[in-house]
Amino acid sequence: MGGNGGEDEVVIRIRGLVNAFGDSVIHDHIDLDVMKGEVLGVVGGSGSGKSVLLRSIIGLNRPVSGSIKVLGQETAEIDNENFRGLQLRWGVLFQEGALFSSQTVAQNIQVPMRRWTRMNQPLMDELTAMKLSLVGLPLDTAWKFPSELSGGMKKRAGLARALALDPELLFLDEPTAGLDPIAGSQFDALLRDLQQGLGLTVFMVTHDLDTLRATADRIAVLVEKKLTVGTLKTLPNDPDPWIHEYFSGVRGRAALNA
Amino acid sequence: MRNLTPSVVVASPATLQVQDRGRVLRLVAGGDWIVAEAPRLDQILLGLHFDGARDAEIDGGALEQLDGAGTWLLLRLKRGLEAAGSRVTQFIVPDRYRPLLEAIERGEVAAAIDMHPRRPSIENFLERIGRATYDALRQGYDMLGFLGRVSVETSEAIVAPRRELSFAALIHQIEETGLTALPIVGMLAFLLGVVLAYQGADQLKRFNAQIYTIDFLGVGFMRELGGLVTAIIVAGRSGSAFTAQIGTMRVNEETDAMQTIGLNIAEMLVVPRVLGLMIALPLLTFFADVVGIIGGMVMTYFDLGITIPAFMRELESAITVRTLLVGLVKAPVFAFVIALVGCFEGMRVERNAASVGKLTTRSVVESIFLIIALDAGFSILFSVMGI
Repeated sequence: MGGNGGEDEVVIRIRGLVNAFGDSVIHDHIDLDVMKGEVLGVVGGSGSGKSVLLRSIIGLNRPVSGSIKVLGQETAEIDNENFRGLQLRWGVLFQEGALFSSQTVAQNIQVPMRRWTRMNQPLMDELTAMKLSLVGLPLDTAWKFPSELSGGMKKRAGLARALALDPELLFLDEPTAGLDPIAGSQFDALLRDLQQGLGLTVFMVTHDLDTLRATADRIAVLVEKKLTVGTLKTLPNDPDPWIHEYFSGVRGRAALNA
Repeated sequence: MRNLTPSVVVASPATLQVQDRGRVLRLVAGGDWIVAEAPRLDQILLGLHFDGARDAEIDGGALEQLDGAGTWLLLRLKRGLEAAGSRVTQFIVPDRYRPLLEAIERGEVAAAIDMHPRRPSIENFLERIGRATYDALRQGYDMLGFLGRVSVETSEAIVAPRRELSFAALIHQIEETGLTALPIVGMLAFLLGVVLAYQGADQLKRFNAQIYTIDFLGVGFMRELGGLVTAIIVAGRSGSAFTAQIGTMRVNEETDAMQTIGLNIAEMLVVPRVLGLMIALPLLTFFADVVGIIGGMVMTYFDLGITIPAFMRELESAITVRTLLVGLVKAPVFAFVIALVGCFEGMRVERNAASVGKLTTRSVVESIFLIIALDAGFSILFSVMGI
């Protein structure tokens, strides 16, 4: 936890980010600020580079140019040692949970603890149980293997692993994709509770308008390699036809009016 | 070894003061109660002993940082005091950490759940033996069923070909399993011929019977080794490919799609592979026989100085067409087994990627085992028949 920093402290600062694969440019000089304690939703069409943006921030994808500062540190410039220190302060939930399939849920959650702390087994078990109840999983999930879990449970278990070391910053890649609407809205509520309870800053890539309505403070839209940032109130009036269509289409209106 | 990296410096170390004020036990927490300090705090807290039956106050008002792990430890301290009979009259954390405390307090009390119930034990061991035995028998039974189905489908396809059996698929399988295997089979057969001739010559020299190296080579290669080595290579190459191909189709639900359209999976996927391999493997075996003997010929020329015409004369007297046929007759049987096991294991793949890998490995091991067992069976059969 980052203590009592000011409300408008910038956690992620992106300036002039350019990403390209071969000749096809994905991001063309993008700027973005993510504030401490907010939930930022990132939307965009399929293939618009939402996940690439996320992967660039967490260091899985090396940008062509531009600057990405996370928690005050320039990710491209710091050495491995300091980068690991930074990694400790964020958690990532991948799309399908990305649980290690050969390990039980408890072992999955304990992987970061084992790697980074000197906790003994009883304490790790206690904290694991605490994380499981935080993400709303029954405790007998602990010794199940990922293949025995439903999609929603996998995501919750993945979230518990992401939260294992009490990060300040949480990255979510399509957290509700593949969930039924009930499981999806339960996940939204869980996310909101956790975010407020643990004081997390959340960077969330999503397609789901219901999730955006339920959780996001601000929304960044990736269109035509550029980023437009707004809220659910302002974006439907955006002059860009894609953004307008996204938020004012039939599905969009239904979600916003709900 | 598991040290936190130096970059995670704890700004102000966590502290815990125990103030004994007679009727009231006061515990004052300060500094950073965060996950990096949790191992140390855990030891300190476990070292505390409460004599119970008095009031206690937990004051975290001066905490600088608090996270989930720290909150858990504070709550555990409180529960420990309560369990020892104390009444916790005060529990203070800074206001900004109230939501965190509430979020974690809301969870179930789960201090003592066993996270690792699957410990190895005698019962587990026996259970695993039993399960493995049952699985093996069950699999044998299933494979027998599959054998029956494939036999029927294959013979139907030969006797009364239906539209669904595509000639192109058959040719494609022959090319995949036969033609593209020529380099590797040829290379290995040649080397094996060299090795065999060298070993044979070395031993037979002692009896001054080097010339019989050629008999040894010709008969050994044609009756046994050519077919065996080719079958083993093909099991590793094509049997595994069958499992992986069909398995991937199962993961993608392609086989389910075929079924809903009304296509016969056995006829579409299994029969072309079985027939294709049954045609390709005898041809490959013949090729391996020839190349292997050439390998031996090269070796005897350099090692024993036997010229090619002399080699051919001796070979002609040593082997007959029957020698060749005894070797070749086994090839279609091996091919049937390889294709059968490969397709069978492919059909057993579950809808996850890990299962493709697992069953592919199993398919190769099983078909190689069956090939060698069958080869031994053939040897016994032939010796009984006096061939």
